[in-house]
Amino acid sequence: MTALERTARLVMWFAALVTVVFLMTPLVVTVAASFGSSSVFSLPPPDWSMRWYQRLATTRGLWPALFVSLEVAAFSTAVALAIGTLCAIALVRGRFPGREAIATFLVSPLMLPGLVVGIAMLQGFKVAGLREAYSSLLIAHVVITLPYIVRTVLASLSLFDFSLIDAARTLGCSYPSALLKVMVPALGPAFLTSGMFAFLASMDNYPISIFFTDGWTKTLPIQMLQYVEENPDPTIAAISSGLVLLAILTLVVGDRLVGLRKLADF
Amino acid sequence: MKGWRDPVALLAIPAIAYLLLLYALPLLWLLMKSFIGPGGLTLKPYIDFFADPFNWRVVWNTLVVALWVTLVCLIVGYPAAFALARAGVALQIAMLVAIILPLSVGVVVKAFAWQIVLRRDGVVSQFLVAVGVWDEPQRLLFTQAGLVLGAANIFLPFMILPIYSVVKLIDPRLTEAGATLGATPLYRFLRIVLPLTLPGVVSGIAFVFSMAVSMYVIPSLLIGDRFQTLSTLTGRSFLFMRNEQLGSTTAVVLLVLAVSVVVGSSWLARRLGARA
Repeated sequence: MTALERTARLVMWFAALVTVVFLMTPLVVTVAASFGSSSVFSLPPPDWSMRWYQRLATTRGLWPALFVSLEVAAFSTAVALAIGTLCAIALVRGRFPGREAIATFLVSPLMLPGLVVGIAMLQGFKVAGLREAYSSLLIAHVVITLPYIVRTVLASLSLFDFSLIDAARTLGCSYPSALLKVMVPALGPAFLTSGMFAFLASMDNYPISIFFTDGWTKTLPIQMLQYVEENPDPTIAAISSGLVLLAILTLVVGDRLVGLRKLADF
Repeated sequence: MKGWRDPVALLAIPAIAYLLLLYALPLLWLLMKSFIGPGGLTLKPYIDFFADPFNWRVVWNTLVVALWVTLVCLIVGYPAAFALARAGVALQIAMLVAIILPLSVGVVVKAFAWQIVLRRDGVVSQFLVAVGVWDEPQRLLFTQAGLVLGAANIFLPFMILPIYSVVKLIDPRLTEAGATLGATPLYRFLRIVLPLTLPGVVSGIAFVFSMAVSMYVIPSLLIGDRFQTLSTLTGRSFLFMRNEQLGSTTAVVLLVLAVSVVVGSSWLARRLGARA
């Protein structure tokens, strides 16, 4: 091995180490700060305590915001799963022109600045006479979740053997029930992982939600950013740690269902 | 065309109609409205916008920060993608967890964490003092360096994963063949490995750059109001200044910037793919 190759190898392993430490830093720091007794985020904390978690119960606005976020994420993911899967079937099975362009169009909300999409929707909804925050959130979030569903279900569907459906129909299934009994189970992992990531993306969205909130209807990220700006104390770290726990659960479930390496597919 | 009569195509209608009506149409409307003044078609908002040196500063801030973030991600992410592809089982799992886990945690959570990390007594400052780079603790929060560091952290997975997806497909026999034929390691890297990874690099750069150009929460928390980017200025004009005219103009400028990155990079990736 030449000196150059040794250096290259060294750089590679060093980058691996830096990546792991660097990427885990914010999560570790958040969890550590949430268990500290200090209200000014001294790290390492002088003493450990659960007081910030005890405060969660009485934090004003936190629970309503959490429920709004959960409802919006659940609704928009469900709608996106339904219309996204139908569309993916059409794109894989159909023989009509422009399928590539349609796929790009459906994934495009992921690539455009969220804030711009939010502003456009705000003005569009106003023109249409929709002013109510909650229903606007429900409608807008489908646009956020749909790309995740279409991307993953499309990829998984193009590997699906459609002659299985014909086989089911030969055996006496109607077309819809063949889809339901043969295709849906085969696509189960794709539904679950894309659904999870779509759900998380909706829960996490700030730049679109910010245009559809009012005094009563706020999503969790909006409410959290408000806490950070008004009164930053480790209560936010405690909420964050709860979300980190949710992410860990998602990852474990994702790993069980499709494997870590598959989750990293791009 | 006969193809349009394919009944399966009907299944695509709900999703397409939804996006057309609730996403594409509003975007077009925003775009059109920004060119319509009191007396018909006009470029005045854009002329006014670019006549103001403050706005040039804003565009400059946006691009410079996005370039730095992309550069940091590329420098760390390129070798890291190779490590991920070639690591043993334990390290590979550690890296995959470190990459995917933060992706499932919200940006508000991570940006808030960086507020703690970048403080004068935060871990970065403590680390740099401990290794002797700094003589005394310094505050990185509300500085450009802090913003770049925090944003690079949040976007790094989007650089590593596309590069990893091409690195893992490289056939090791290619470089072995190069070695047998007498190519030096540097020559093998430059002529065999680098060209094969370019499509991944291009899409990684496009992901990170376009996200860094449009980021809103991260600069709001890590640098504050004194440093405006196109995205924070757009948000402020709508949410605080109630200046919809300015906001629409900056939104369109931002949109054009983001779309050109996406279109340009996919064109480049296709060309590279065709050549490889």
